[in-house]
Amino acid sequence: MKFDTPATTNPIDQLKVIGKATDRIDGPLKTTGTAPYAYEHHDPVPNAAYGYVVGSAIAKGRITAMDVAAARGAPGVIAIVTAENAGKLGKGKRNTATLLGGPKIEHYHQAVALVVAETFEQARAAAKLVRVDYAREDGAFDLAVAKDGAKPSDDDPDLRVGDFDGAFASAPVKLDATYTTPDQTHAMMEPHASIAVWNGDKVTVWTSNQMIDWTASDLAQTLNMPKEKVRLISPFVGGGFGGKLFLRTDTLLAVLGAREAKRPVKVALQRPLMANNTTHRPATIQRVRIGATPEGIITAIAHESWSGNLPGGNPETAVDQTKLLYAGANRLTALRLAHLDLPEGNAMRAPGEAPGLMALEIAMDEMAEKLGIDPVEFRVRNDTQVDPAKPDRPFSQRQLVQCLRMGAERFGWDKRNPKPASVRDGRWLVGLGMAAAFRNNLLNKSAARVRLDKRGVVTVETDMTDIGTGSYTIIAQTAAEMMGVGLDKVVVRLGDSSFPVSAGSGGQWGANNSTAGVYAACVKLREEVARKLGFNSADAVFADGQVRLGNRSLPLAQAAGDSGLVAEDGIEYGDLSKKYQQSTFGAHYVEVAVDAATGETRVRRMLAVCAAGRILNPKSARSQVIGAMTMGVGAALMEELALDKRNGFFVNHDLASYEVPVHADIPHQEVVFLDETDPISSPMKAKGVGELGLCGVGAAVANAIYNATGVRVRDYPITLDKLLDRLPEVA
Amino acid sequence: MRTFTYERANSPAEAAAAAERMPGAKFIAGGTNLLDLMKLEIETPAHLIDVNGLDLDGVDPTPDGGLRIGALVRNTDLAADPRVRRDYGVLSRALLAGASGQLRNKATTAGNLLQRTRCPYFYDTAQPCNKRQPGSGCAAIGGFSRQLAVIGGSEACIATHPSDMAVAMRVLDATVETVRPDGATRSIPIADFHRLPGDTPHIETALVPGELITAVTLPKPAGGTQVYRKVRDRASYAFALVSVAAVVQRDGSGRVALGGVAHKPWRVEAAEAAMPQGAKAVTAQLLAGAKPTHDNAFKLPLVERTLASVLTEAKG
Repeated sequence: MKFDTPATTNPIDQLKVIGKATDRIDGPLKTTGTAPYAYEHHDPVPNAAYGYVVGSAIAKGRITAMDVAAARGAPGVIAIVTAENAGKLGKGKRNTATLLGGPKIEHYHQAVALVVAETFEQARAAAKLVRVDYAREDGAFDLAVAKDGAKPSDDDPDLRVGDFDGAFASAPVKLDATYTTPDQTHAMMEPHASIAVWNGDKVTVWTSNQMIDWTASDLAQTLNMPKEKVRLISPFVGGGFGGKLFLRTDTLLAVLGAREAKRPVKVALQRPLMANNTTHRPATIQRVRIGATPEGIITAIAHESWSGNLPGGNPETAVDQTKLLYAGANRLTALRLAHLDLPEGNAMRAPGEAPGLMALEIAMDEMAEKLGIDPVEFRVRNDTQVDPAKPDRPFSQRQLVQCLRMGAERFGWDKRNPKPASVRDGRWLVGLGMAAAFRNNLLNKSAARVRLDKRGVVTVETDMTDIGTGSYTIIAQTAAEMMGVGLDKVVVRLGDSSFPVSAGSGGQWGANNSTAGVYAACVKLREEVARKLGFNSADAVFADGQVRLGNRSLPLAQAAGDSGLVAEDGIEYGDLSKKYQQSTFGAHYVEVAVDAATGETRVRRMLAVCAAGRILNPKSARSQVIGAMTMGVGAALMEELALDKRNGFFVNHDLASYEVPVHADIPHQEVVFLDETDPISSPMKAKGVGELGLCGVGAAVANAIYNATGVRVRDYPITLDKLLDRLPEVA
Repeated sequence: MRTFTYERANSPAEAAAAAERMPGAKFIAGGTNLLDLMKLEIETPAHLIDVNGLDLDGVDPTPDGGLRIGALVRNTDLAADPRVRRDYGVLSRALLAGASGQLRNKATTAGNLLQRTRCPYFYDTAQPCNKRQPGSGCAAIGGFSRQLAVIGGSEACIATHPSDMAVAMRVLDATVETVRPDGATRSIPIADFHRLPGDTPHIETALVPGELITAVTLPKPAGGTQVYRKVRDRASYAFALVSVAAVVQRDGSGRVALGGVAHKPWRVEAAEAAMPQGAKAVTAQLLAGAKPTHDNAFKLPLVERTLASVLTEAKG
């Protein structure tokens, strides 16, 4: 189905199932521990041997010698895979460094060997016996040092509108400030894990992956084999956050290990390897300049961001929101990419906007203060309903101002004392902060297959993944709404490369695109059903398990017959996204308390107001947003991969030392969704919320800390050491 | 993990004797730290002596009005003991500030004292560490050292001791009771139990090979207001950046010990004379001679500010 004109009324608008707060249909499997995750497919894959990954002990250089004799002779060892015996490997499109290093080493903990043994313990013990000699080379590890050599990226040219330099120079009120965000790791619960089984020249992999088709393609390309001979199965994913978008070491090494061992092999990437072996959100240095009239109208706005990556890698697109969030006739946005010999920088939840808004939205707070205008009001005054660079291109929907206003009212923003460091509650300094939320709505084609059987059961198959987000449930709701059946009559099967290719899970595009694909397949199935039952399809009503036209009503199941009916289709997008800018909007409000003595920050309450198109399932959408808000608190207050600048690796590479919020850090969270539909986005009229919920949270916390303490910190995370010397004297 | 043999001990003296007999033996109680370290091959005992069956899990009054805490008393049980809560509040608070409920259910009194540092370089076996591999060097010096020691360190090691409980025991003047392989028992003042790293950071305590902790004894209650304040980057389940254990009497006199700053719970008795003058005066003496790194210099003002806050709290 080609979607190239705005959606009109369609069966989804009935909202009998869609739009209802619905428990996750996979919930009972999860809560009873019976949803098999990647490492747990014991029944289909009995007798799997265990692989254990050996990571490089240096960040850059070469392997000069490798001695695996002792490991090979260790109890239970079946096979050892290294670059020497793995055969000639290609490289997938989407990974920058090779996934099996040697002799060249590109980053710390790059895999250099897989040891396969009868038991996990044997593999682990033998892996310790692998001796590797390295010739270490100097590398570039420090972004602040490499920054001066950073270059523009061909894919992301500078965007200039009007005359920024002139307008900024002559602006009566201006801000020029630099902000930094650190490297972060996804820290999902389930590690990267795969079980591989060869059958002749075909390989099947049970894995944990967000993007089945990307990964199947890249695996086939790496193995120099046709994609049809690769099958990926990933029904449940224990968190991804962008860390499982691509083919990674666990999958490739399980496949190579199984080939070498001539038996199924399972590999779970060890937790201490995850931060350096896989991708991470790269650190940024961001300069924001804003010029405005005394009335608070922005006349000039510039946002430049520097980040680093391995050769062939991409920059963190931290200036994206600044192209679109606020008005201003004179604009400049620019990305610069430095070469760093660190692990690959890549997508982590809301790549671009998450770190970008951490800078921009502090800058807006600083600017509002300079202007003497309330931060909410300052943002309202600079709202734009069109793409500022292309004024004939409107937003499809933009309710930022409504989000800001409603948030202010609900949170009690009018009680905020605009003078920093003026509210005290015992030993705590208390402050309120806010920030705008913005994340683009991305469109990707997505397909599905829908079956109807003689019991009236509708089965949906698509390679869409559920990474804990609720995909199973919203897809079931879509099929139920379209076919006029209850959720108990819908079966959803996901995450299998033998199913039609979906948009996958990433960039908060999964919900809207994958359900639109299911919508398209259901439209086709409805036509088949109507034809079978002798109805005119356009007017037939599908409801309560019946198909009705006028006085004539027949059971849906009757159309299936004994052999059942199958329809397959997908959604493809025309050029609506060229004519309209599609984005999601929100406002975050945060209250913090900062210990006046120690500088410890504790968040007291949080509110997010989101405008993100139709909310398909308010319950799972809320879960997405509160999870994202939690991640935003982590980014604001504690998350940082600590870099050893001498040796080029992230030191705190486990969950004990890379701190993310615990329950005690997260207070009352409230989420409000504005009642919105966006017929430009898809037939579902929905958009994404899973990343919007993160965008802006960090800055809202930072701004609240400033309001509480009067200390402006521009370097994340805002740990107590950055506040200490500017807090009040203690006795 | 290396293969190891395993036995259950029948008595403390037998356990100690067995440990001396078997080179490379370790005692195991809760195992909350040792098992993790064995999986990473940071600890590679050839033999484990399980002491969980020993009758060392009682908390009993002593003749001089103190409390004798068996080596196997779990952290959860000790924190909840009514006598501890009433008379040794700083210890109960310190215990509850540590780890998580699940870990405290397993972790024992003796094991808590013997837990190893959480220096990230100690945990990364690709990096040199004098504590893990004597003579290999210290990657933490000149590396990422935000969590590490600001005082009492050496050219060989700047690790910290991670325990909260031990800091409270230090301020309470606890005594560690042991039995040696020859069956002899001794009492080690907690001040002498943990060592500074010096040239031998792998030797962390005064225990001789095979020596088994049987109990920790607390003297009669110190009275006063007892406070344990742990400062950290998140609200729970994190090791201290710094912690302050204090016993403050009504006249302003008192005692103070610090966690998170040194290779052992840090206390300088002489500094306590300055307690009535306030945090600045105490801290100046407590941390005299401190050698922080660029990453952890903030711990010095943080100690002073935290102590000031604790003293304010103690005054009520």
